[in-house]
Formats: sequence, C-alpha cells, structure tokens
Amino acid sequence: MFKRTAVTVTLLLAALAGCGDVDDGPSGAGKGEDGGGKTLTVFAAASLTETFTSLGKTFESAHPGVKVRFNFGGSSTLAQQITQGAPADVFASASPATMKTVTDAGDASGQPQVFTKNRLVIAIPEDNPGKVAKVSDLSRPGLKVVLCAVQVPCGAAAKTALGAAGVEVEPVSREKDVKAVLTKVTLGEADAGLVYRTDAKAAGGKVTGIEFPEAAKAINDYPIAEVAKAPQSALAKEFIQLVRGAQGKAALGRAGFEAP
Amino acid sequence: MSPPDRLPGRPPWVLLVPALAGLAFLVLPLIGLLVRAPWSTLGTRLVQGQVLDALRLSLITATLATCLCLVLGVPLAWTLARVRFPGVRIVRALVTVPLVLPPVVGGVALLLVLGRRGLIGGWLDGTFGITFPFTTAGVVLAEAFVAMPFLVISVEGALRAADLRYEEAAATLGAGRWTIFRRVTLPLVAPGVAAGAILCWARALGEFGATITFAGNFPGRTQTMPLAVYLALETDPQAAIVLSIVMLAVSVVVLAALRDRWVGNT
Repeated sequence: MFKRTAVTVTLLLAALAGCGDVDDGPSGAGKGEDGGGKTLTVFAAASLTETFTSLGKTFESAHPGVKVRFNFGGSSTLAQQITQGAPADVFASASPATMKTVTDAGDASGQPQVFTKNRLVIAIPEDNPGKVAKVSDLSRPGLKVVLCAVQVPCGAAAKTALGAAGVEVEPVSREKDVKAVLTKVTLGEADAGLVYRTDAKAAGGKVTGIEFPEAAKAINDYPIAEVAKAPQSALAKEFIQLVRGAQGKAALGRAGFEAP
Repeated sequence: MSPPDRLPGRPPWVLLVPALAGLAFLVLPLIGLLVRAPWSTLGTRLVQGQVLDALRLSLITATLATCLCLVLGVPLAWTLARVRFPGVRIVRALVTVPLVLPPVVGGVALLLVLGRRGLIGGWLDGTFGITFPFTTAGVVLAEAFVAMPFLVISVEGALRAADLRYEEAAATLGAGRWTIFRRVTLPLVAPGVAAGAILCWARALGEFGATITFAGNFPGRTQTMPLAVYLALETDPQAAIVLSIVMLAVSVVVLAALRDRWVGNT
C-alpha cells in the first residue's frame, strides 16, 4: 500500500518536474521507440536555448532512438540543481564561475571546455528615445539605463566593461537576468541596457545592438562539461563533440556567438 | 449566546491523519530552512548590506498595497455581493484573474497598461510626467494587483454570509444605503475584512514576479525582501537563507499579533 502511494507520488512529482521542460514536438526522431530508447539530459544556460534546441534535433536524427531533453535556465540555478543531485548528463554554463561551483563539488567529469564566447552590446529600443549612440552616452543624467544585478554573470560583465570604458552609470534597475533587461528595453521602459549580442540578435528588429570596443574586456566564456554521475555518459561525450565540432560552431555563429 | 465551537467526542482518524500530513507538508520546508541556517554568522550577516533597507521597503510597500486594496477592494466586494447587474458572474471571474495569472505575466501586463508607453501610462507620462516603473509606487501597484483578489474574495464571502435582516431593518428605519453600509454592513463583516486584509498583506509581502517585472530591482527604492532573497541565492545561498528567515520571522510575528487583535479568539 505504502509502496504504491510512494510510486504515485514519485510519478506526480516527475510529471510536475516535466512541466518545465521544453517539448521537442513532433520532430523527436525517437518518438516511436521511446520504450527502448535512451534519453540524454542537457542542462544549459538560457542564452543557449535556440542554438541547443536545434543542435538537439541534429543529435536526435543522427542517433535514432535517442531523445534529448533540455533544462534551460539561469546558470547558477542549474549549477545548484546539479550539485543537489539533479540527474543531468551535460552541463553548459554561461560563466566559468558557475561551472567552478560544479567542478568544486566534484560533480563534473573531467576538465570543462570553453566552447563559445559572448560579448555585451548596448541594446536600445528601435526608435532610440534616449538618443544613445556610444557607451559614454550611458552616463547622461536622466537616461533610464537597466543593467543586470552584479550577482549574475551579465551584471559582473557589465561592471567590468563599463569600468574599462571609464563610464559611470547609475542604472534605474538591476535586473535578475539578461532577458529581463531585454524585456525592459523591448517595451521601451528603459532607454538603454547592456545585453549579450546574442540576446539583441534574438529580439529581432525590436532592439538595436550597439557594439563598443570595451566589451572585449568582459568576454563571457561558455564552458561545457559532462556531469560526474551522468546516466548516459557515452551520449554525453558525443553531444559535447557535436557542440564543439563544425556543426555546433556554425549554429552558434548564426546566433551571434563568437568562436572560442 | 454563541453556540459551543467544539463537538464532544474524539476527532475521527480519517480526518486527523491527513490533517497531520498536511501540517507536516507545510511546516517541513520551514524546518529545512531553520536546520540549514548559518546560525553562527547570523548576527553579522544581518547588519551588513541592504537587509534592513529591503525589509523596511517590504513592510512599507506591503502595508500601502493593503490600504490600496481596502479602498478599492471592499467597495468592489460589496458591489459583487449586494448589487444585481448583468454579467456579475463574469465580473466575479475577472476579479480572480490575478490569482491564476503567473505574476511575471501580471508584471508585463502592468507594463503594457501603466508603463511609460502603456495605454494609460503613456498619457500619465505625457500629461503629468508621472511614471511608475522603477519607482516605489510601482512596487505598491504590482503588489496590490496580485494581492487584491484575496481581499475581495474574503470580503465578498463575509458579505454573503452576513444576515441581510439587519440591513433591511436599518432601511425600514429610514437609513440611506451609504449609512447602512457604514453603520451596519461594515461592522457586521469587520472580521471578514480583517482576515482578507491580513491575507492580502501576507501575499503582498511575498510578492516577487510582478514586482521585479514591473518595478525592477534597485536597492532602497524597489528591492523588496523577496527580490533580495532571489539575488542572494545567485551567489550566496547562506545569505538567502538568512534573509528568508528574517522575512518569515517578521511576518509570523506581525500576522500572529494582528490575528489576535482583529479576528478575535484562538
């Protein structure tokens, strides 16, 4: 009796946990063979959502019967989930510091490899109400600038880049992640914000990304590693190879990432 | 005069066992927080940084949001309970929308209406130069939006349960509807209003999604405790636990004190 209840509860929790996952839809190659098929679980930084989803489909069609499941989120949240024992095979982080919390806990297998880089740009609404053209404009009084909080990687990068540019910015808000900064700019609430080049690109025509040379001082490295107790170790290694290989580089390049 | 509030006899196991399981389910996570708390460094962590700023801002904004909800929500609940008009069911369902809406979506919706380029916000900015995003007033609005249904639902429930004969008697004695509302209805449903206000305050205090989306996050101006907890979790989970415990302790003390005073016994 108790056992059955426990099973029901576990199933329920699993179902709830599944709600957060990205459904790969009808294109999942291994759909018909789910019973005997394997599932590769990849935890990846939110900024990799579009690129990794498409690489996941490439991987599935190359490995019939294998299904790739993604958990996209803030890197530090993902790192915490992994160190608390979440069953992941691969972890791709948006910053070496969050990857380090995983390696320090002994939860990564082998040395993490940097597979791509991202840099900050100034995002402005398409009609540019604040007349922002260069990084020094951000210090103008009355201009509404939003940045990431320094606790998250994009905020730390913004601090470094603005410091390198010698520009003092008094933001109206320190957002919880880069997507929140982008939302404020897209809706025109903020006159400018610092986001990654890939985010500005993903927003389509709604925001314009202005490059600035000092962003080179705060390049974000993206490390990837196999998780120590990966249930699908062999597949994990192959997925990392795909990401670091020619196909991965091409997909990342299309999204605005730079080669490592 | 009042009927006894306890029946004689032993409570049946069928109810007692799930009741205890329910209690454990609610309390165990709290115990988890207390067990993992860094008690030895608690004092030093509390005085440093922006903990007190965030706590003060949280208490002020949750209280102001509750006042706003009382001013708007009690008349709304009265209208739903006492006025007959077509579409009352739809209006009642609309009132509960913020309950089902993910708060982050609520925040975006508020931006679309009250933001600098919003339907009403654009006009407010153009005419009076008033903007809500990134201000403490914005925090109050976001909290009130999410918390008001709790107040409206409890007050409406109290109004429907109240005995209409008192109001009818007042009417036959020549009292107008406003006088009846003020002198008869409101005192009659006061415990319901108090309970609703307490729920509303508690929800406003814990509000995260709508606040950070609509008002942003700036220490001292829009950074409430839940926002501070979220950001602390990014780099220093221990600090996040400390902040959570402070917030829990303050809210439990305030709620216990208010319940005794307003809602009466037990």
